[in-house]
This record gives sequence, structure tokens and C-alpha cells, in this order.
Amino acid sequence: MAIKVLNEKCVGCKLCLPTCAQGAITMSDTKKAFIDPVKCNYCGACLDACKKFKAILIQVDRKVSDVDLSLYKGIWVYAEQRQGEIASVVYELLNEGRKLATQLGEELCAVLIGNNVTHRANELILHGADKVYVVDSNCLKDFNDESYSKALVALVEEYKPNIILTGATALGRSFIPKVAVMLETGLTADCTQLDIDEYTKLLLQTRPAFGGNLMATITCPSFRPQMATVRHKVFKKAAKDPNRKGLIITKNIQEDCLLARTKLIDFVKEVESTVNLSEADIIVSGGRGLGEAKNFSLVRELAQQINGAVGASRAAVDAGWIPYSHQVGQTGKTVCPKLYIAVGISGSIQHMAGMQSSENIIAINKDPQAPIFEIATYGIVGDLFEVIPALIAKIKK
Amino acid sequence: MNIVVCIKQVPGTTKVAINPATNTLIREGVEAIVNPFDVYAVEEGIRLREKFGGKVTVIIMGPPQADQAVKTCIGMGVDDGIILSDRAFAGSDTLATSYTLAQGIKKMGGADVILTGKQAMDGDTAQVGPGIANWLDIPFVAWVKKIEDVNLAGKTIRVERMMDDGYEVIQSSLPMLLSVVKEINEPRIESMRGKMKAKSYKPVIWNAKDIECDPDFIGLRGSPTLVNRVFVPVRSGKKEIIEGATVEAKAESVVNKLRAAKLIN
Repeated sequence: MAIKVLNEKCVGCKLCLPTCAQGAITMSDTKKAFIDPVKCNYCGACLDACKKFKAILIQVDRKVSDVDLSLYKGIWVYAEQRQGEIASVVYELLNEGRKLATQLGEELCAVLIGNNVTHRANELILHGADKVYVVDSNCLKDFNDESYSKALVALVEEYKPNIILTGATALGRSFIPKVAVMLETGLTADCTQLDIDEYTKLLLQTRPAFGGNLMATITCPSFRPQMATVRHKVFKKAAKDPNRKGLIITKNIQEDCLLARTKLIDFVKEVESTVNLSEADIIVSGGRGLGEAKNFSLVRELAQQINGAVGASRAAVDAGWIPYSHQVGQTGKTVCPKLYIAVGISGSIQHMAGMQSSENIIAINKDPQAPIFEIATYGIVGDLFEVIPALIAKIKK
Repeated sequence: MNIVVCIKQVPGTTKVAINPATNTLIREGVEAIVNPFDVYAVEEGIRLREKFGGKVTVIIMGPPQADQAVKTCIGMGVDDGIILSDRAFAGSDTLATSYTLAQGIKKMGGADVILTGKQAMDGDTAQVGPGIANWLDIPFVAWVKKIEDVNLAGKTIRVERMMDDGYEVIQSSLPMLLSVVKEINEPRIESMRGKMKAKSYKPVIWNAKDIECDPDFIGLRGSPTLVNRVFVPVRSGKKEIIEGATVEAKAESVVNKLRAAKLIN
């Protein structure tokens, strides 16, 4: 494996410089790009920037799978469910999956794994699935990483999908990595944008890295299926067509093939999180500016008035004003609601990493220099103890 | 009890920023730190040893400079550290990384409990932990916020796993791998005695051959995914500061805008 700059082709345009996340490219005395082989991680980002001059060359001794890639067809959406309740992200994936299916001229399928879930398959067809693969078994009653992975892998090995999309939920991000390793294929986490490359027909998987400060587009050229987890609320939900017809394919798997070494003993619903932060359309978050625990009631009241969930910055959680499950940011939850109201949050890089892709952001802070205003749709500079009651009064009217 | 903690060295995130003039990642003066999520795993490993006896070892894949990360963990009270370092590991994606770490753990003779942080601060994938568990064919539980009980004689462990809307209590057989969230503990700082030990500590370094790697599964060669393009996202904030003579006027203006956009009723 080696990377080199062809000096006779390099025009010294410097376009490659900003693409290197490793900081490995510098300009030599002769005004040609120089790539430090020790810093370079061979990501190939600079090649893309040098498309026009083709002056950068990576010689890769890459393993190529011996499977016939053309056998892999169709876009699969993993229909995450718990206690028979389909996660809302599934409908978003069906919508985006339909777009990819059309681009590729392949079918869109859903995969439903659980116990007593077969009756939910039609719901997936009405939202766009051409086929639904179902594994319905007693030993899939509770979600379990091992059993669910084995069921999904069995389906993949038999029906060979081209692409598998899964919601980047607590559950999806837990068990899909295992599935990818079992299949020895690539997986891209937390995608926020999906597309099909016009020429290669590969899935272009774009995701934030470095806490949202950089975006990376990733492909999986030589292995199948191409797998991605996708964030909530990035895509719109698929519309329901009550007349849609589709095929339900049930696969029976012997119970002893689905055994697991972990067991669910209990599920404890957190009392205060009546609304799931990652699924909420509106979030009102409080930060250090609230000053003390009891002032969180202001945030709660505003949230209640507009039917929102309650979030918090790390500072508020660390101060013990509200449990960790409410924390938004790099060390907490990544959210993407339609409306995010930041109350008394100055906007650290870590906090913004968790909420900057929200559709609309309202920032309320007394410091006009607070970084949160940089990403806000609307900012109100003022004392939150005056602004919030005023907002609540206007909303009640 | 034999405890292994997998760690990663990442750029100290507070300083990761984009230079707006050149659109490049500012890396000058960015110190390498132990991935903050892994620090909770290291702390939990030390606590398990304090309770059950045995040994805690950290394992890291990276360049020889990764010894700084190992030294930090030694300073906290970890017994030993192993660095997996080889040019052949360069360009590893999560599949190749999980394979490599699993090979290292096999060479160590396995463990009763393997701990990882929930994800790394730079890549944010959360894929390496479950990958390692699969290569080692042991159970895995993600997002653990509490270890309720360990039964060494019966070879079981009971943990609380954080979900989006609550938490699950899960029982698993041992050996197993778990990834921890920050709620699990409050990590200790390095002690003076630990720092002294760390100063002269020399971690073991293993290369691809030492851990018997199949060349088809490591580095760029063993990585199915390719990074095609890296770019700086466009921030779409309108940055409109609401003007108004009084707080009431500002509030009314915002509420009207939100109602017009049908965001609130």
C-alpha cells in the first residue's frame, strides 16, 4: 500500500489540502503537494479533490471478495419494533429507501423480526415496501442482540440484499454492528444523507464525524450488503397508501438456531421522559443559565405548553438538575427535531454537535456573543427569567 | 477476575475546530487524549478489580505514541497495557479494527469481562465493541449504565442498559463484552503514586505477526468501507436576532414566526 503525488501532473492548486483530515498534505518547496506517509491513513479524500488532474495515486493491495456482487439485489429496511410497536424511523427509511430503489431499479423490502409481529407487516407494505420478510418466533419476544442478529443474517444469506438500512437508535446501533461483522461487510454509522453514485451505482453514505465538524462520504465497493444506520428525523416519513399491495415472506428458523446468552430481566421506563427525546418534534433544553435545579420548572412549563420534550446541556446534568437521560450533545443524545429551543445554553462544540442539525433553532441567552446564536434560526438576547414567562404568556393567548 | 479495557487515542476534542479561512481542521497544538468515553470503562474496570480482585489490562491499537494513553490508564490504577502497532494496521475501518483488537485479546488469553466506552469521540461509530465481541464469540451488551451484580462462581453478570426511553436489566453469561455510558461512574484522576509508576512504565508492543493476524482482515486491505470524500458542513442558521423594545414584544415576534411556520399551535 502506498500513496504518491505524481509531480508531473500536480499543478500546485492546493485543492487537496483542505480535504485531508489527517493534516498529512503540505506544499513542497517546488510548489507540489507532498503527502506525509506517516500521517496519511489512505482515506482517499484527496483523490476526490484531484479528480481533474489525477495527480494523486493510491496503490492498494485490497482484498476483494470472491462473491458475485451482481447477485445482491434490493434495498432492505430493518423494521425495528419493540412489543410490536414499529419505530417511527422505519417509516422515514421506507421513504428514503424508495428513492434509492427507484434510482437503482430494484425492489424495496422491509424486514420484521420479533414475536407476534406478522400482523404488522401490512403496515409496512402500505408505507412503501414491495416485500416484507418476517421471522416470527417465541424466542424473539424480547429484543436480544444475539437472537435478532442470527435471524437477520439468516435472511441476508438466503435472499442477498444489496443494501440494508437501519435506524441509528439505541437498539439499531447495538445489534447492527454485530450483523455486519457476522457478514464480514462494511457498515457506516449515523448517516444523514444517502445517495446512489451515478456511475458506480454504489450507495454514497454521508455521515458527520468529529462531532459534526466534518462530513464524510463513505462507500463499500467490494462487499455486500452495503449497510448503514441512519439518524432519526433526517428524512420525512413515507406517506401511507391504503391500497398498496405487497408480498409477505415468512421464514421459519428453528429455535435452537436463535439462542442467546443474554436475557432481558426487566424494562424500567424512565418516569420523567414521557416523550422520547430522539423521536420528539419539539425539544426545549435548559443549560447553566438556569442557575439552579428549581428553575428547570420554567423549561418544563414551556415544553408542556408546546408539547415538547425536555432536554438539557451537560452543565445542567453535571450540576444534578436533571437526569443524564435528558442530556443533548456529544456525550448525551443526538437529536434532530423540527424545533429546538435552547434556554440559557451558551453552545459548546459538544452541545452543538448533538443538536445542530435541528430544523429550527431558537436560542435564548443573555450573552449576545454566545456561540449558540451562530447556528440559531432566531435568537433572543435577554434574561431568560423574563423571556420564558413572556413566551409562555404569548403561547397561552 | 481478568478484566480487559479497550481504549482509543483521540484528538482532545475541545480544540478540534475548523479554520474558517482555509476550511481545514485545526490540528496544531491538539493533544492526544484517551477517548473520554473509554475513561469510564477504565474506571469501571478498576472498580471491578477492587471488588473482585484480579487484574486490569488496557489494550489499544495505534502508533507507538499510544503509550501516552496507556500511561494515563496506568496512572489511574490499571495494571498493564498492550499496544497493537504495525504499519499494516493503517487505514483500518471498524471491521478491521475490531478483528485486530480481538486477535490481541486472544493472544492475552481472553478475559472474564471486556469493557469499552460507548463510542470514540472522533469517529462516533460505536461499532468496534460489538465487532470485537463477535470475533471472540462472546455476548455483548451496549450502553451499560450500571453493573448490578457479578456472580463469578455462576459465571453470570447483571447490568442495566440505557435505551432511548428507559433502561433494561439484562443478565448475561461470562465472559462477555460491555460498552459503558458516562452515567456509570465518576472516573478518578491519576494518583501521585500512579503517575510515578506510569513514568517508567513500558507497555508491551505487539505487531500483526505477534497476534497472528490474517493479512486479509487487517488495515486498509481488510476494510470493506472507503472514505470517498471529507467536507465541511454548511450551517444553515439564519442567525436572525429578534429585535423589540420590550421582552413582551420580542416574545410575541418569535411566537408569531413559529405559528406562521406551523411549528407550534
